[in-house]
Amino acid sequence: MAAYIGRRLILTVIVLLGMTIITFVLSHVVPGNPARLLAGPHASQVQVEAFAHRYGLDRPLLTQYWTYITGLVHGDLGVSLTTRRPVLDDFRQFVPATLELVLAAMFLIVLIGIPLGMLSGVKAGGFLDHVTRFLTVGAVSMPVFWLGMILQLVFFRRLSLLPIGGRLEIFDQPPPHLTGLFLVDSLVSGDLRAFGAAIVHLFLPAITLAAGSLAVTARMTRASMRETLGTDYVRMARAKGLSEGIVLTRHALRNALIPTITVLGLQVGALFGGTVLTEVVFNWPGIGLYAVNAIQNLDYSAIMGVTLLVSVAYVFVNLAVDIAYVFLDPRITFAGRVDA
Amino acid sequence: MTAPGGGRGGPLDDPQASGGAATATLESALAPTAPARRWGAAGVLRHLASNPLTAAGAVVAIVLVLVALAAPLIAPHDPIAVDLPHRLRAPSSRFWFGTDEEGRDIFSRVVYGTRISLSAAAGILLIAVVVGVAVGLVAGYAGGWVDEVLMRVTDMFLAFPSLVLAMGVAATLGASLINSIVAIGVVWWPWYARLVRGQVLRLKQEAFVEAARVAGATDRQIVLTHIVRNAMSPIVVQMSLDVGYAILTMASLSFIGLGAQPPTPEWGAMISVGRDYYLNQWWYVTFPGLAIFLAVMAFNFLGDGLQEALSPETTR
Repeated sequence: MAAYIGRRLILTVIVLLGMTIITFVLSHVVPGNPARLLAGPHASQVQVEAFAHRYGLDRPLLTQYWTYITGLVHGDLGVSLTTRRPVLDDFRQFVPATLELVLAAMFLIVLIGIPLGMLSGVKAGGFLDHVTRFLTVGAVSMPVFWLGMILQLVFFRRLSLLPIGGRLEIFDQPPPHLTGLFLVDSLVSGDLRAFGAAIVHLFLPAITLAAGSLAVTARMTRASMRETLGTDYVRMARAKGLSEGIVLTRHALRNALIPTITVLGLQVGALFGGTVLTEVVFNWPGIGLYAVNAIQNLDYSAIMGVTLLVSVAYVFVNLAVDIAYVFLDPRITFAGRVDA
Repeated sequence: MTAPGGGRGGPLDDPQASGGAATATLESALAPTAPARRWGAAGVLRHLASNPLTAAGAVVAIVLVLVALAAPLIAPHDPIAVDLPHRLRAPSSRFWFGTDEEGRDIFSRVVYGTRISLSAAAGILLIAVVVGVAVGLVAGYAGGWVDEVLMRVTDMFLAFPSLVLAMGVAATLGASLINSIVAIGVVWWPWYARLVRGQVLRLKQEAFVEAARVAGATDRQIVLTHIVRNAMSPIVVQMSLDVGYAILTMASLSFIGLGAQPPTPEWGAMISVGRDYYLNQWWYVTFPGLAIFLAVMAFNFLGDGLQEALSPETTR
């Protein structure tokens, strides 16, 4: 097991290096004049040249890559043209909001998607199964941003039930900063009013972000459940005369959950992509909104910073899933995984 | 059962296709273990028609293609021309989907948008397939270090969440419709490369390829006549599963300002501008969004059905 994890870590380092090569090529090689891109559309020729010199953009490519990667290791992602601060400082401010949104969406996916998939798998062909199938195909076909807007039209504009966006009302005092996650911070500080406001504001964005991944998770859990129910050990458990409840929970469910965990890990990538779109619709002050503002201002360092941050986070989530997998399913070996 | 859209780290991701690791494999799901059952065109059509959802998807997809082709005949108004006296009108018998802030007819714009979305999807898939097939063929057929290098490069691309990488690439190239088509294509080719490589590795072992080699066929002949032809059906299936997702991704990039620019009647771009109006003019974003939804759903159903018809062994 230690060998597996060790190899998996080495592989992760290689993947991360590869990613930096791709982002380096994107930011330094593809653009005709990278310094102009980094300095922004309003920079003068002198400023552009100063930029080129400061980031060594007038040096050979290999030297540039070295500068780039040592910068990255030290957390130097450049300076945002919009906020005029280092991109890393911006991340400190915007990441907690995104994290809270993604975690809330994950919570919904696990809470609704997995049981829905389980139930439709157990009662395949039944009414619930048909409804689930219809809903899941609908949910994966829907543009995230559009779903968010329609929910706003219904729950904010027509029914006046939920707020349109933001993390709190404008005049609300945010809870004291501990983790940056408003739900956690308000609970820890005992500010129930802020907790209520935060949860009400989180509702629609979390549903919007979760919908597509929830559908995929439900579908895959269903397939996994069907497969598990057909195995010999489930047949054996039934033959032993175990009650259906025990067969389903102890034998089928636990094994069916293993592939589901992989799906959840992969969905994190979809959630990171979706959070960019969701945050715009709900004016949610996270890195997605930050990225889109950067796009509109041609703030190139910020855009590439977000691309890299989100991708690195995605790699680590999948690393965590792979390691969790070993504990859940002792049959897995490194070689087996790659050849599978 | 493969989720529509295939594995892409996107919302349509398929765990079968991904094997769990960042170094996920598509082959496991899409490379048939036995040679694909060969059905005639009539058999495939019969199979498609037998599933009502697939049939409905096919009909809607055909209608969308016709709408795209005949857009100037269908659209009652000019999709771009400004008509300020009629700005922000609610849907009526004259303006079926209402009008936007410049008085343009939203129905006409949605109709023309079909053209843009379908051709953008075609462009994305063309780039992804051409590059992916080329890389996959070379890697699978050459083997050795060539294979190793090409597949590691492929892995690097697959390690990114696809929409986020497409965003980065599109931002580098500059915001425009063509650039975002290129950006998405650049992000998608590795999936096809993996798929094709898996097919080549399988087909290389087949008796008919051995026979061709013994008979003195050159590598070029073997690849082009035997391998490509036999690897076609899973590629077609994957493409059909990807059309809907291509439309969705394109609309997403346009929505955040990287794809088509206003006043181009692209669905995502329309919704993006509509953000300033939709709370009071609900029709502004509702109809372009419904168009995306309908198109993506139709192609997803069609793709699912095609997969069942063309590679029955991959479905459960």
